[in-house]
Amino acid sequence: MSKYTEDDLKIELENKEYEYGFYTDIESDTFPIGLSEDIVRAISHRKEEPQWMTDWRIEAFRAWEQMKEPEWANVHYEKPDFQSISYYSAPKSKSKYASLDEVDPELLETFKKLGISIDEQKMLSGVAMDIVVDSVSVATTFKKTLGEKGIIFCSISEAIREYPELVKKHLGTVVPQKDNFYAALNSAVFSDGSFCYIPKGVRCPMELSTYFRINQAGTGQFERTLVIADEGSYVSYLEGCTAPSRDENQLHAAVVELIALDDAEIKYSTVQNWYPGNKEGKGGVFNFVTKRGLCEKNAKISWTQVETGSAVTWKYPSCVLKGDNSVGEFYSIAVTNNFQQADTGTKMIHLGKNTKSTIISKGISAGKSQNSYRGLVQISARAENARNFSQCDSLLMGNNCGAHTFPYIESKNPTAKIEHEATTSKIGEDQVFYCNQRGIPTEKAIALIVNGFSKDVLNKLPMEFAVEAQKLLEISLEGSVG
Amino acid sequence: MLEIKNLHASVEDKEILKGINLKVNAGEVHAIMGPNGSGKSTLSAVIAGNENYEVTDGTVFLNGDDLSDLAPEERAHKGVFLSFQYPVEIPGVSVTNFMRTAINETRKAQGLEEMPANEMLKTIRQKSELLEIDRKFLSRSLNEGFSGGEKKRNEIFQMAMLEPKLAILDETDSGLDIDALRIVANGVNKLKSKDNAIIVITHYQRLLDYIVPDFVHVLYNGKIVKSGGKELAYELEEKGYDWIKAEN
Repeated sequence: MSKYTEDDLKIELENKEYEYGFYTDIESDTFPIGLSEDIVRAISHRKEEPQWMTDWRIEAFRAWEQMKEPEWANVHYEKPDFQSISYYSAPKSKSKYASLDEVDPELLETFKKLGISIDEQKMLSGVAMDIVVDSVSVATTFKKTLGEKGIIFCSISEAIREYPELVKKHLGTVVPQKDNFYAALNSAVFSDGSFCYIPKGVRCPMELSTYFRINQAGTGQFERTLVIADEGSYVSYLEGCTAPSRDENQLHAAVVELIALDDAEIKYSTVQNWYPGNKEGKGGVFNFVTKRGLCEKNAKISWTQVETGSAVTWKYPSCVLKGDNSVGEFYSIAVTNNFQQADTGTKMIHLGKNTKSTIISKGISAGKSQNSYRGLVQISARAENARNFSQCDSLLMGNNCGAHTFPYIESKNPTAKIEHEATTSKIGEDQVFYCNQRGIPTEKAIALIVNGFSKDVLNKLPMEFAVEAQKLLEISLEGSVG
Repeated sequence: MLEIKNLHASVEDKEILKGINLKVNAGEVHAIMGPNGSGKSTLSAVIAGNENYEVTDGTVFLNGDDLSDLAPEERAHKGVFLSFQYPVEIPGVSVTNFMRTAINETRKAQGLEEMPANEMLKTIRQKSELLEIDRKFLSRSLNEGFSGGEKKRNEIFQMAMLEPKLAILDETDSGLDIDALRIVANGVNKLKSKDNAIIVITHYQRLLDYIVPDFVHVLYNGKIVKSGGKELAYELEEKGYDWIKAEN
């Protein structure tokens, strides 16, 4: 800081006031409800963040205050009251349950169907883990292997403390604070998330999964993820879990930023299964996510997602193909049942020459749900020979659901080649009867048909994730055929 | 094996089957012939339990069990197999995957463990050799982009895999050239045994040169109006269905 101004003094005084006045108020585990600059500062303080981080959050908060909630998505819901939410909750050290016997049997039944081990079940439902030693040792071996390669994989809070240069250099470069309403909100109040850095030329030897990070089972409402793949490196990152996440927090607004430097490759796979609300459409999580990746020269980013949960989903994992010859891919399965609404898709922004993108989107709608694909393919004037292939398929079950496709194509370069294919089909009674006649009951027949429909995307998931995702599709559509 | 008593069935309040009586014993091949719209396909659909058809009277027994209240898959588990006239496509589901699911669901219903993978592969290999099926074909999506002949061969392959007690072949000859017809018929003949029964539903006598029936029934206007040995098929071929229509 070169010159101490009146403004600086004012800020300092404000901070003092908060240090002595407000701070004592927030010693409890959960902050009071509502959002203000004080709350943002308090979050930053609580997390022992450096000044630049606090400033960054404040800047985001001020931008957010001026912004309006977007309304263009094809979803209808009652808007959250942002002043009735508590924005910080310290990680609870106490377990919710003493044993699995106390956990909702319906939840356990689902775990069983998914084939989740007892240990995992305990961890996911918040049961005290007495066998925790096991997973700690796994995590330790895991950390050691990564450390040898120079790979950093930790919580974003830890990264802000331990690797401030890396975070400072890249945070907000792909998704700026002011990018959109929810990204701004996230930038101001993000509680935690993951940070990953792969050094030059290193091929990450294993799939990185948040599961291995202890204390990460209960991720926050406003998660922030930053993945940096340095030149010539490779990483496959798994996010989420097929286990149903029951969460009292209704609003989830995460931000994920991926940075693939020259010749690097990032594969990012997500399985999202937040609570979708009950069969009458009551409750359920609102999931408003901003995910974007930046590709430098010859770099490649693949997004693969299986979305089965949430009451309302608003999510467009995108690629900015800045470097020449860079490649962006988006593979998605979005399932909606009962009263779920999903508006999801991608943006492929072609800036560099010879950039290539592929979009394969499979939407499955059942019950009274609405499922929309929204995608943008943008070719800039200097993106010579850019190519895109998009395929959007919708599968309908029953007569009360909807499938919508909103593809936007903007090309400013005459050499661009853009292909778009779209199909809509319905599971036919004749298909189901055919399966029945071969001894396959209707539920199983539907699962088989849906899996066949989704195969192109399921194949893109890492093996063990794909098996779980397949089971998840079956469970999500259970009872959808009368 | 199969006993049908006074079976009446209708679709959208229109009566199609008007009192069918039929008895088929193990080891027998029965042919059901008749002009278009006589109710042949309805009969096969009703035996298989298709819920688009309403059974208004009568009963179907399989080995003494009344099938009336059983769902289509439960009938399949008891050994009813229908070779479809128009097999449906299921994109993205390979023939192998489909068969594995069908076999394991049937085994599950019978209280058996899933068939081990190596046994499954062995069975697939044996049956595809028996029916002269190129195994590359088994990794293709079920019926998607199959030619008419491939679809029918695939039906017979499934029959071979599932080893039904009662197989109903609905117009298996339609859309086949003479070579494909021979291959399909040879397949059926290889699967014939003293423990199973086959009902061949056909329009023409042609198929019966290859799959020789023990009995021939003529279905007309929802009833079996004539039954006889294989020579009845020749008589029909010679005189045409007008002969039947004139008599009824």
